[in-house]
Amino acid sequence: MSSRCGRGEGQGAAVVIIGGGVTGLSAGWWLAREGVDTLVLDAAAAGWGASGRNGGGCSHHHSPLFREEQRLWPLMDEMLGYPTEFQRNRIRIALDERQFDLYRRASDNGTRQGFRSEVLDPKQVRELVPLAGDNVFGGYFYHFGGHANPHRTLQAYAWALRDCGGRLLQHTRALGFDTRGNRVVSVKTSRGTLACDHVVIAAGPATGEIAALLGVTVPLMSARAEMIVTEPLPPMTLGGVDGNGLYGRQTLRGNLAYGGGPHEWIDLADAEHTRPYSTPLQASIARRLCELLPKAAHARVIRSWAGFIENTPDGRPIIDRPAAVQNLTIATLSSVGFGLSPASGRAIRDLVVTGTCGFTDVSTLTLSRFTSLQPDWTALQGWLPSLVRGGE
Amino acid sequence: MLAQHMKSQTPLGRDRASVAGKQPPIDESTDVLIVGAGPAGISAALTAAAGGVRVTLVDENPVPLQTMGEDVPLHFGGRMAPTVANRNAVLESILRARPRLADAIDAGVDVRLGTAAWGLFPQRRTAGWIDGHVAGLADEDHAYLLRFRQVIVAAGCRDMGVAFDGWQRPGVMGASAAYRLATTYEALDSRTAVLVGSGTEGLQIGNALLDAGIRIAAIVEQGEAVTGPKELLVRLLESGTRLFTRHVIRETIGDSHGVAAARLAGVDADGTRLSGQLQRIECDTVVLAMAAIPAIELIEAVGCTVSFQAARGGHVAVVDGSQRTSLPFLYAAGDCAGIWASKTLSDNTARREGRIAAVAALRSLGVGADGAEEAPVSPEAPERDIALERLEWVRAMTLKSAGSPFLCQCEEVTAAEVLGLHPPRYLKWRPEAAEARRLGSVEPGGTPHPDVVKRLTRAGMGPCQGRRCREQIAALMALDSGRALTDIPLATYRPPVRPLRLAQMAALPEAASMGEGWESWFGIPSQWIPFWRLPPACSGADSGAEEPVAGE
Repeated sequence: MSSRCGRGEGQGAAVVIIGGGVTGLSAGWWLAREGVDTLVLDAAAAGWGASGRNGGGCSHHHSPLFREEQRLWPLMDEMLGYPTEFQRNRIRIALDERQFDLYRRASDNGTRQGFRSEVLDPKQVRELVPLAGDNVFGGYFYHFGGHANPHRTLQAYAWALRDCGGRLLQHTRALGFDTRGNRVVSVKTSRGTLACDHVVIAAGPATGEIAALLGVTVPLMSARAEMIVTEPLPPMTLGGVDGNGLYGRQTLRGNLAYGGGPHEWIDLADAEHTRPYSTPLQASIARRLCELLPKAAHARVIRSWAGFIENTPDGRPIIDRPAAVQNLTIATLSSVGFGLSPASGRAIRDLVVTGTCGFTDVSTLTLSRFTSLQPDWTALQGWLPSLVRGGE
Repeated sequence: MLAQHMKSQTPLGRDRASVAGKQPPIDESTDVLIVGAGPAGISAALTAAAGGVRVTLVDENPVPLQTMGEDVPLHFGGRMAPTVANRNAVLESILRARPRLADAIDAGVDVRLGTAAWGLFPQRRTAGWIDGHVAGLADEDHAYLLRFRQVIVAAGCRDMGVAFDGWQRPGVMGASAAYRLATTYEALDSRTAVLVGSGTEGLQIGNALLDAGIRIAAIVEQGEAVTGPKELLVRLLESGTRLFTRHVIRETIGDSHGVAAARLAGVDADGTRLSGQLQRIECDTVVLAMAAIPAIELIEAVGCTVSFQAARGGHVAVVDGSQRTSLPFLYAAGDCAGIWASKTLSDNTARREGRIAAVAALRSLGVGADGAEEAPVSPEAPERDIALERLEWVRAMTLKSAGSPFLCQCEEVTAAEVLGLHPPRYLKWRPEAAEARRLGSVEPGGTPHPDVVKRLTRAGMGPCQGRRCREQIAALMALDSGRALTDIPLATYRPPVRPLRLAQMAALPEAASMGEGWESWFGIPSQWIPFWRLPPACSGADSGAEEPVAGE
């Protein structure tokens, strides 16, 4: 890998990353901070997609990136030089036995990896979570994970990338590639051609379409999900409280920001020309938030939002260097990318620079697991867009 | 893909965690929904009802007192008289102020007062799980959904806020809010007011306040001359109003009731404060009339194409000659479709827009309308550069203020903090790091987007939903970047466009099947199987084990 190869502005970079979401920006920052000449481009503004529209959770105990996620988050403010609002730990509240059994998984997974959890009885839950009510069945205090502010973190990555000498080109669309043999030599964009030694595609829902331009199949299906946010309430000691089927947090400002519930599968082509709209599903989220935190029932919902996100057929990430192209890395975190971003960016950096992830085994995240994928996998799984009668 | 399956007879999978098939039960429907019972909305309702279709006319007045207290939908500035708590009295005064509402009721229109529209949700390709077009409505206690076929939004206007020292005091309020309280509610708690701004809308409201028995002590105009019509000015001057051109409000002086006086400062053509004696004006109210802003929150949130149209008073929906927006089932009429001088001076233009929209809506429903064809309404050429005026107000009043007034009162963000993209104070972030990253650093060489300011400084993110600060933040961004105000993108609006209690939203009925699939983000079991137990391959026919798994 050549670094600082002296290309002028706009002519390319050692590594071109397509996608200025949380995964691409983190990867760009990890590369740039080691002196690799890195350029991140995004078709819109950085973090305008799902990266800035999520619950901000940082507790992915099922993932091979979990330990690194846990190690890095407490360091991120310092490492980036800008605030992420990261807060440690999480309480998950169960309102019935079924939820209580389900939420044990996080505690079991944590324990296996050396992280502590406690079971909470209803009284303990109410002491720790003043907005909880008499309907608590039980809960867990996970002494790991936590939450951060997605918008603030996104901008922190973008600024930190630039502070390390990396570049961010916004409103620049990747249109195709020039190849020589099985190597990519440049990326064709809406603002000209960018020569490169290596390409990372981390373009969220569009990852599959862009990879296809290089003959690499990345099976993805896109969907829309929604969240709501209330006016600020007095901050609880621990804002990382969720459960009852919801994910989310009380922000440091005091707003309750929660999402969950059914998603809507969509055709990616339809998403290109529209913003993600929220729907009356916001009322169903409000209903479950009212159950989770009944003492917040008076709080007023002041916004909702929706986001488009992608999923692989098994819902697990792809972080891989496909064999067909010598200098290509593919990354999609399959709808769960924000919290893992400090670790996923580092894994991508490792793959780009050394060809293999040095801190954990990411071999379960390769594309090869889809070699026997049925061609009609979206229909088989019922991942189909709504039938819309007529047009707008 | 779907067709392929039909052929091969393979059973389709069902994703129990998707919204498919989970439409909420919606009991009520109408043919034409009209939002806003002002001159345009009532005319639209009467015209639509004459076509024999079902017409529902909603108007949010009387607004719940708590909502008014948070300066929603207008900047009421705490100047509601105690009588606003008497809902029946307010309903009576609304009917007195808008006598044609009785005609609408007689014509069979389903009139719902005290009912706000908080969102419009048409079925669309990326949000298609609910058939048809649905409106989210709410009265003081309940929220509910209503199906409609055509909708006419006649939501009126609100006022641009411009921060100065002491503008957070009770008694500093928007001109539309003062007018609403004085006329529709007969409940404006004010005796002596200072009017800031001298455009047509402001002077007209000044005269209406005078008629309501309120003394207008002074008119303050940063420009060198009054911009509204002379007749309206003369009447105020004859009542004893003093005129201060090339002046701004420097600060308010307060007592326990809020504003007790305003101090004015002279400014030069660049907005620089002139040294010299400050004028002190005794008053209990400061009425902000720098700019009337079309109320487009419903229209923008549903995705109509919106642009800054100087002749129409700022950002409004792009409409055709039948008042139709880019969404073919949605029309804009009245002030929310555009504000210009002659339209402000007579209700006839707004009424005509309402009738035109209703005729077009009827036609879309296959109903011909009686009466002569009306010519499309178009605004007159603007006499002033309204974008420049807004910049001048913000420059002279906010940027040159001695203190650091909060532009965003909800989140307490100053102009310097907006421009410096300061993380909110409660983060206690090292100031030297924050100093390094100003607004221009987000998109070097590009146009700054107000949504970035919202996300990083929280300005505009509070309970008033940005009503008091969005225009001044856009103006500030234009001043800082040296761009025209018209180049600054519009910060997005999101439903609910009125604050709604969680408990109120929670009571919306849902399908029984809506309860399925909440336990896990996307409900894909293999997504959550820990990495040390993963199956080796994925066929797509089975996304993992049968065991239930909770997300994250």
